Amino acid sequence: MITLEDACARHPGLAREEVALWIEQRWLRAEAAPGGSWVLTELDVARIGLLVELRMTLEVSDELMPLVLSLLDQLYDARRALRGLLAALEEQPPAVRAAVLAAAKRQG
Amino acid sequence: MEDPYSVLGVQREASAEDIRKAYRKLAKQWHPDTNPDKPEAEERFKAISAAHALLSDDEQRGRFDRGEIDASGGERAPAGAGFWRDHAEAPGGARYRSYAAGNPSATAEGGFEEADLEAFLARAFGARQSGLRRGADIRATLRVSFLDAARGAVREVGLPDGRTVQLTIPAGVEDGTVLRLAGQGQQGATPGDLLAVVEVEPHRHFRRRGNDIHLDLPVTLQEAVLGAKVEVPTLTGNVTVTVPPRSEEGTRLRLRGRGIAGGHQVVTLRPILPDAEEPELEAFLRGWTPRHQGNPRAGMAER
Repeated sequence: MITLEDACARHPGLAREEVALWIEQRWLRAEAAPGGSWVLTELDVARIGLLVELRMTLEVSDELMPLVLSLLDQLYDARRALRGLLAALEEQPPAVRAAVLAAAKRQG
Repeated sequence: MEDPYSVLGVQREASAEDIRKAYRKLAKQWHPDTNPDKPEAEERFKAISAAHALLSDDEQRGRFDRGEIDASGGERAPAGAGFWRDHAEAPGGARYRSYAAGNPSATAEGGFEEADLEAFLARAFGARQSGLRRGADIRATLRVSFLDAARGAVREVGLPDGRTVQLTIPAGVEDGTVLRLAGQGQQGATPGDLLAVVEVEPHRHFRRRGNDIHLDLPVTLQEAVLGAKVEVPTLTGNVTVTVPPRSEEGTRLRLRGRGIAGGHQVVTLRPILPDAEEPELEAFLRGWTPRHQGNPRAGMAER
């Protein structure tokens, strides 16, 4: 578990208030800790890295952030689903895999 | 770390065979066991072996060439957690699934990830085979007062298609929770679900922290100095609370079990001065010599 302060310290120039705002907007889904603070996982820390990239390096505006995040999250939803599907396919007999691949090719 | 190409003395575009030959030649030359009297041989041999280990692995070599890893094979990533993509595709990444894709409150790891895939497959195969798709989920926002959220309530919700359904709001529901009514979505081979996102309105006086309810309670000067029994609102109506004599600003009283699901209510006392002139009080204070004359600011001037 990582505190909000530790996570902020990894990005020079990142204010704690900014990150608190991200949590409020649910861009960052941190868990509330007792005492009004927040605990983060490595996943959340990577998410902060992404938000810093988008907000500061790429200068995505406040208004555009929900759209950009929603598209990114949908992309990774789809990729996770695809991964699951591929893992399931991996466990099938070779004939089934070949049939699926051939069918997928036909769909083009 | 030295550049592995120069360690082996080969060009960057050298073939795998060139690299293997160069390694063999240098390894023979610098093997510590064949150079017992050259202490630098061991370092040299290690560097050669490391360079070969990196460049003989096509994947590693490619990553080094693209600058993704350094010559020691270490990741060239920002310190800390690494890129989002490395996390987002791992199973735990589902915590950040998009709102559009489903239930945002299902943040627990695992579990619904499989359900997700099942739904995906059912949509891809099952539903199509029967010629009908699963009915779409209906999403709705449900604004709930603070007290209804804390105590629980039953609400009638009108749906876009004209139906009305009863939604039970569980006591202690939190902002952002999604209530799912299975089978109440749009019709289909199997009907979709109704997903209602709860939005809890703030309360004028109560605040929620976990399962505790916090309340600021104004008390008069007399009540604070002399103590008193006062009425305090709680989630379930007024209760009488004893304010102890000489209660200071910020004194906290805990009402056991008056919060949510075994939580408590925490009452913070806020003594207030009379809001108009009080000549008798002022006259009394002018003539009053406290028995315990401490300086409340003692020590503040020191560093």
